[in-house]
Amino acid sequence: MLILQHLLNGLLAGAYYLLIALGLSLIFALGGIVNLAHGAFYAIGAYLAVTIGQQLGFTGAALLSPVVVGLLGLVIERFLFRRFYKVDPALSLLLTFGLAMVAEQALRMVFGAPPLSWSIPQELRGQVIVGDFVYPRYRLLILAVAVGCVAGLWFLLQRTPFGRVVRAGVQNPDMVGALGISLEPYMAAVAFLGIGLAGLAGVMLAPIFTIHPAMGAEIITSAFVVVVIGGLGSFWGAVIAALIVGVTKGAVTAAGYPQYSEAAIYLLMLLVLLVRPRGLFGERIQRFE
Amino acid sequence: MSEGKGVSRRTVVKGAVAGAAVGLAGFPFISRAQADAIRIGHLTPRTGFLGPLGEYAVQAADMAVAEINAAGGVNGRKIELLKEDSVNPQTASTKAERMVERDKVACIIGEISSAAGLTISQVAERTKTLFVNTGCNSDELRGKGCKKYMFHIESQNSMYVKTCGRALLAQGLVKGKKWYSLTADYAFGHDLLRVAKKFMAGNGGEFAADKLVPTDVTDFSPLLLEIRNAKPDLVISNLAGNQITNFLKQYSEFGLPFPVAGFGFDTAVAWGAGKGNFLGTWPLVWHHLLDNPASKKFVADFTKRYNRPPENQAWGDYNAIKLVAQAMAETKSIDSTRLVEHFEKGATFPLMKTREGYFRKADHQMMHEMYTVQAIPAAQLKNQWDIFTPSAAVPGPSESLEVIATVGDEIECKL
Repeated sequence: MLILQHLLNGLLAGAYYLLIALGLSLIFALGGIVNLAHGAFYAIGAYLAVTIGQQLGFTGAALLSPVVVGLLGLVIERFLFRRFYKVDPALSLLLTFGLAMVAEQALRMVFGAPPLSWSIPQELRGQVIVGDFVYPRYRLLILAVAVGCVAGLWFLLQRTPFGRVVRAGVQNPDMVGALGISLEPYMAAVAFLGIGLAGLAGVMLAPIFTIHPAMGAEIITSAFVVVVIGGLGSFWGAVIAALIVGVTKGAVTAAGYPQYSEAAIYLLMLLVLLVRPRGLFGERIQRFE
Repeated sequence: MSEGKGVSRRTVVKGAVAGAAVGLAGFPFISRAQADAIRIGHLTPRTGFLGPLGEYAVQAADMAVAEINAAGGVNGRKIELLKEDSVNPQTASTKAERMVERDKVACIIGEISSAAGLTISQVAERTKTLFVNTGCNSDELRGKGCKKYMFHIESQNSMYVKTCGRALLAQGLVKGKKWYSLTADYAFGHDLLRVAKKFMAGNGGEFAADKLVPTDVTDFSPLLLEIRNAKPDLVISNLAGNQITNFLKQYSEFGLPFPVAGFGFDTAVAWGAGKGNFLGTWPLVWHHLLDNPASKKFVADFTKRYNRPPENQAWGDYNAIKLVAQAMAETKSIDSTRLVEHFEKGATFPLMKTREGYFRKADHQMMHEMYTVQAIPAAQLKNQWDIFTPSAAVPGPSESLEVIATVGDEIECKL
């Protein structure tokens, strides 16, 4: 029973990497930008949640904060990312690395280094009990939000005209251009969505994790592992990799070695890359070869 | 591969030349202006999982220096504080060396990580420079790693364990009881676990399990499932910094019914946990509710200056600077060797507590009063700061201050 609980807990833990990893993967696939600042947007989402939440409560914060973070993403896309789509990816790596440091230090200067006080709202506290299975209600809510985001994003990408252009843009941006479609507004929309998702993750995790300036740096590495295992740019790759990473951590802990749970996912990544250098579901994207 | 050239070589060269020019022009001016000031180096983690505590340390150190200078300085000389982020043990050592060799500091004050404290103490010993440790707890630093030039205003792990242990004994949570402990997986945690196990064995308790937790782990859910399954009589935190905040938030989220206590604690990590998430029994070297004039003045001044009350790490760095200044005034010297002698002769310091404290000659550990605090339930909280009920000072007024420290052959220091 305990092992089952650990595996399930691992699956749920995968849900929060997923919210970060999806945006990361999307922005890379379309613009070729490896966004090291993605964790910083997660942190900004959490800090905004507390700031907005003190006035409007948890629900107000949950609705508003991701939108504000997404809008911030739009600004960053328009004035920074856009200059780096066509240049060596190493330059955008430097840019976003710098952005992440600026954001972390800005949070430290505005809010201070000590953690901000924030809790789960009273009505979402408590446990869900099904037979022998007991689990916090709030974590199940996070899972529901993550599943909702995956479903919504999948629909948007696979079933709408917007999604068709984005997918075509991922495979062959020049062809999209030749057909008379400008990718610029699509790039902006993808930055809004992807970065907004990081903000949403920040809002959802703020009540259960320490809110401190470096919280973005904490989650970004795990999110990258997920994206790399899944295959950069692959939607289902990110989803499945998030679950695999979560379950691996759960299994290692269940086996009695919580101190190796972090190391285990890097080992997993190494093994996957040895067998499949583009990740589990990494497609061959011509312009990145 | 690339068609863009973001930064040309010429731009880089121009920038570097400009930077060097600013550095050359700026530096002599600073050193001339401050030539007769007493320089004190302050090193503490400003980033990473101990960063939150470092911010209190820096603010308190600034405040202490401002107060001393406003009162005319030390022996007629102002104090100039050189502050650096210690980052990690290697960087801490490099920066300590630079402070001593290049900046000619009279002494180094600060640090929170026991691992970095050790590397700073090696520099201090080699260069015969006084180092006052304000936040590293491990017994090892006062034991096998003790140094002639290192003094500790922060209490050692044994003092924390024995102080909190008294409260746990009083609550009947030790004898014949099963403990489940979570320990920070680095120098401090390993040292604390060793001391905690010794206390347990000596008082008839047993461990249900002890788990090491890497300092970068943020999700405690797998461990919480284990704890729920193990049904211990007490959950013990030997965690550090932000780890404790994560643990408190998630322990409360999982709604586990077992009592909680910790052997290492800082008030800031509980303030940062959020309403309804702080629980249990914890030891502190000082707290903001202490009822004496000096302590109340410190709390009022700090709150006025920084818009929030000080916590225990602020106490450490503030008092370390004050006691070094006091010793410099008493010896009319800034020479580290003279100061070390003065401390070893049993100089006493007020420390904003009922009884005065002193550095024990055997291992340079400050002997002073400590406290345990008990979390107040969320429904009874009056504000976001006063979140616990403090105990009376430990040890009691009739006991020696040394009873909570390492005793007899527990003292492994050979100076």
